[in-house]
Amino acid sequence: MSTEWPILSLLIWLPILGGFLTLTAGRDAPLVALRLGLAVAVATFVASLFLWLGFERGTAEMQFQEFRPWIAAFNVHYHLGVDGISMPLILLTTLTTVLVVIAAWGSVKERVAYYLAAFLVMQGLMIGMFSALDAVLFYVFFEAMLIPMFLVIGIWGGPRRVYATIKFFLYTFLGSVFMLIALIYMYVQSGGSFAILDFHQLPLPMTAQILIFLAFFAAFAVKIPMFPVHTWLPDAHVEAPTGGSVILAAVMLKIGGYGFLRFSLPITPDAAAVLDVLVITLSLIAIVYIGLVALIQSDMKKLIAYSSIAHMGFVTLGFFIAFMIYRNTGDWSGATLGIAGGMVQMISHGFISAAMFLAVGVLYDRLHSRNIADYGGVVNTMPWFAVFFVLFAMANTGLPGTSGFVGEFMVILAAFRADFWLAFLAATTLILAAAYTLWLVKRVVFGEIGNDNVAQLKDLDRREFFVMGVLAFFVLLLGVWPAPLLEVMNATIDHLVVHIAESKLPAL
Amino acid sequence: MDTVYLIIVLAPLLAAAIAGLFGRQIGRIGAHSVTILAVGLSFVLSAVVFYQHVFNGVPVYNETVYTWMFTDGLHFEIGFLVDNLTALMMLVVTFVSLMVHVYTIGYMADDPGYQRFFAYISLFTFAMLMLVMANNFLQLFFGWEAVGLVSYLLIGFWYKRPTATYANMKAFIVNRVGDFGFLIGIATLVFYAGSLNYTEVFAEAEAMRDAVITIWPGWTFGLLDLALIFLFIGAMGKSAQVPLHVWLPDSMEGPTPISALIHAATMVTAGIFMVARMSPLYEYSVAALSFILVIGAITAFFMGLIGLVQNDIKRVVAYSTLSQLGYMTVALGASAYAAAVFHLMTHAFFKALLFLAAGSVIIAMHHLQDMRAMGGLRRYMPVTYATALIGSLALIGFPFFSGFFSKDAIIEAVGYSQTPGATFAYWLVLLGVFVTALYTFRMFFLVFHGEERFDQAHKYMPDHGDDHHDENGDEHHHDHGPLKPKESPWVVTVPLVLLAIPSVVAGYFIGPILFGDFFADSLFVLEEQDVLAQKGKGYTGVLAFVLHGLMLPAFWLAMAGLVSAWYLYIRRPDLPGVIAHRLRLGVRILEAKYGFDTFNDRVLAGGSRRLGHWLWRYGDVFAIDGVLVNGTARSVGWIAARARSIQTGFLYHYAFVMIIGLLVLIFAFVI
Repeated sequence: MSTEWPILSLLIWLPILGGFLTLTAGRDAPLVALRLGLAVAVATFVASLFLWLGFERGTAEMQFQEFRPWIAAFNVHYHLGVDGISMPLILLTTLTTVLVVIAAWGSVKERVAYYLAAFLVMQGLMIGMFSALDAVLFYVFFEAMLIPMFLVIGIWGGPRRVYATIKFFLYTFLGSVFMLIALIYMYVQSGGSFAILDFHQLPLPMTAQILIFLAFFAAFAVKIPMFPVHTWLPDAHVEAPTGGSVILAAVMLKIGGYGFLRFSLPITPDAAAVLDVLVITLSLIAIVYIGLVALIQSDMKKLIAYSSIAHMGFVTLGFFIAFMIYRNTGDWSGATLGIAGGMVQMISHGFISAAMFLAVGVLYDRLHSRNIADYGGVVNTMPWFAVFFVLFAMANTGLPGTSGFVGEFMVILAAFRADFWLAFLAATTLILAAAYTLWLVKRVVFGEIGNDNVAQLKDLDRREFFVMGVLAFFVLLLGVWPAPLLEVMNATIDHLVVHIAESKLPAL
Repeated sequence: MDTVYLIIVLAPLLAAAIAGLFGRQIGRIGAHSVTILAVGLSFVLSAVVFYQHVFNGVPVYNETVYTWMFTDGLHFEIGFLVDNLTALMMLVVTFVSLMVHVYTIGYMADDPGYQRFFAYISLFTFAMLMLVMANNFLQLFFGWEAVGLVSYLLIGFWYKRPTATYANMKAFIVNRVGDFGFLIGIATLVFYAGSLNYTEVFAEAEAMRDAVITIWPGWTFGLLDLALIFLFIGAMGKSAQVPLHVWLPDSMEGPTPISALIHAATMVTAGIFMVARMSPLYEYSVAALSFILVIGAITAFFMGLIGLVQNDIKRVVAYSTLSQLGYMTVALGASAYAAAVFHLMTHAFFKALLFLAAGSVIIAMHHLQDMRAMGGLRRYMPVTYATALIGSLALIGFPFFSGFFSKDAIIEAVGYSQTPGATFAYWLVLLGVFVTALYTFRMFFLVFHGEERFDQAHKYMPDHGDDHHDENGDEHHHDHGPLKPKESPWVVTVPLVLLAIPSVVAGYFIGPILFGDFFADSLFVLEEQDVLAQKGKGYTGVLAFVLHGLMLPAFWLAMAGLVSAWYLYIRRPDLPGVIAHRLRLGVRILEAKYGFDTFNDRVLAGGSRRLGHWLWRYGDVFAIDGVLVNGTARSVGWIAARARSIQTGFLYHYAFVMIIGLLVLIFAFVI
């Protein structure tokens, strides 16, 4: 389906241009910058709602396509389009950006215009990345998106921000270089096409598939991140300002997951079928090992960062159990459940991690400490904050009725089809997540007032209340009624499962 | 009928939202009015539903409310299944909940968290109704975890107390261990049946019996056995069976009304209800039934023993609850599901009564809970005394009281049972009767009879009373002068009286419920395992049942326990000390609660933390960051330093290197 209205281009360029406008107009007037930034973010979000409303359910076709020649010499096109996998992620991006801009109000004091501009530009680039159907276009957005994030951490970050930024840069850059090589290889093999959908149809011999798979894996495993390439994330989160953490956790990690679905699975299904054990093993390590490591963190942001990694373990597990299900049961039933579960987990984690990082931001703004030991008894002075914090904590432990449950439940059900022990190990998250999250709640929120600083705390103001309330609404809505989200994704994921079930090895 | 069911479920939820979110605006009276109105409405409608189903023969209702989601051919739905079993549970839940709501007005009168408390118990009522009315595993799991959440919130209701926030975290995590098993069990069933709907899963029961699952190469397991044992692990968490029972005694940190509602009458019986609901599955797995039987018997006897050495009035009742839950579990294991549900019902009444009576005593004692400082209270609080006596008699199974019928049925059913482990279980539940009578009347006599020991109150006043009221709680700790206990206000005593009535008469329905076709549509029992049918053969009426019961050992054991309690605590109060000294090793084991808590704290909780530390230190910090990441950075630095020395600045060096490079390239391309 294509519309007369280039809505995807609008979603990409409105925030980018709006970001530069905010920068020029609001450089010396923070209030102007905030108002302008908010207007741009809200306008983009409203525009993205048309994507949701106009999206045709029940088809796996790319929708809202736009196609223009770009670099004709290399057959590179400005080709955009979304399906049931990318569309929800774009909405997550636009919503999160609005919340980040609102959260900056009053919280960010230095170089406000730059801060907002960075986030708006980053939003445009991320949407571009999610909607690009041309590999070069994708790559450009994929790399460009990192620049604003470096700036956000590097300028507004904490004391060890230089170490964190360089670590973040090196990790992600190293991965994407391999991906670039893989893309060029496929360009050559396909006879000169950079279209991602052409790559999906490209027959590839096993060796090539494995190398390409590993190249993509290097790029996406770092992003999501998977054990053992995860250690950049806690450092980046700890040093990043609140907004940076929110975007990092809510959207940027999802790029890794998106990459697996857009590139790894459909382009190299035969390699994925061979190497799935590797991914599954690493996912389970993420769930169990990282869960245990999260337990003993003394820094709130680090704890939530580790919890993110454990939750992302469910995403990669859900994506890659398809082949094992087929090997062990002889049919693909359960594959869609696993992949859809991973997708739901990504969206849900977007809300929950954003909320958790914002909650830490709320505390940090007041006491300038992320140390768990510096708090205690916060409920006495901040009752509304406590309500939200307990709600999001419960969502983080995967309580039914909240979004955190849906994806984990689906992935565990699907994992059982593959193998008993997969489900068994994955389900340990019920215990581990409860342990590290509730212990955090106990030490920060409950108890007598811990110290004089806590006694001085002011409860949420209206702005903070609004941000928390919006996230709480979505966490509960998705938990009570996930059907609309699944309706959007089902056709695309069913199609993906049919696609990966067919071997792409060239006929002998 | 759809709307009626929706109202029953949603009214308490709505009230909870109003009382919770707008508590400040509507005030105390507003909060308790709206929640009591809503729960009262649920109760009345539940009574109507019960009447319709039981007496008017309305057919079983099994409908979907809405589709939660659909994917991969699996329908995830929210829907209600209402049959006689559900209707009975709805009635019990809403009735006890209503009583507790009213009682709370008096009990929490000066607590600053008044509105919050009503919001929680109303929310609990919603969650529990969702659980019992579910027609599918998704909703069951939702209700299952939601009651756990409310339990967590209520145990930690006095969030300033470190013991309370420890207890609620412990309760949630231990329950999560059970839920972990529960989820695996659900996954196993869904794996085979391809549906989350009860009816569709039950239809596969016989086929599932023969299916096997390979756990390890060469090691197969009956699929149904595996699924049902895992499901029961969930029940062990929720219904506090050994070894997942450890959270329940600590849950007494919560206010007394919720001990009655959640930790005695309703939530903890969810596991019992679940197994009964799944009887069409459990009947086909002897392994699971046997497992249930043994776990239940161990809980019933050994937890009762701990009750003998407790001095805190609430803890005695808590251990008694554990033990009684064990009785229900034993009944399940013996395929006497109806007896389990029957005991669940009678227990809900008399145990809620006992807890609320204990609460009334605690109010009178100004929030002191230690029985060593009580005594002789019968003179001061006649209503509490009389109702507590009824509750106690029901608990020990005194003839004509409800507990007599339900417990007798269980013990005899186990006697008839052929399930492996039944003999072991039979002896434990039989001996348990003596223990029950002993600890119950030890408590009863220590509290209401004997000399008044109020002057010793200061010795046993803990850091906090049961009701350490947040801001103004401290006043309870100061000297009140000599304690003058008095009867509690009517909002407290009226629920006591209203609960005392069914504590007596509920037992008279034994005929239709156990031996009739009350549960014909809900519970399923294979003919060869139907122990209740065997027991019911000679059933001719309530009176004959009682007379028959008088000749059974259980009755005489109960009497022996009662008389022993009288002798030890009224006649010769000096003796218990002597006996405890003689048996000090045993007493120490009981006081240590068999060491479960110590083991869990040191090995499981401490072990996880140590493991986490170790993994973090040697995994993330040392191996990955230290060696791999920063090590790579250092190596690059080292190589760069070496590389720098190559840049000698001499032209011929460069030229030489270029030539070599060229040669390598040529070789590479030519060959």
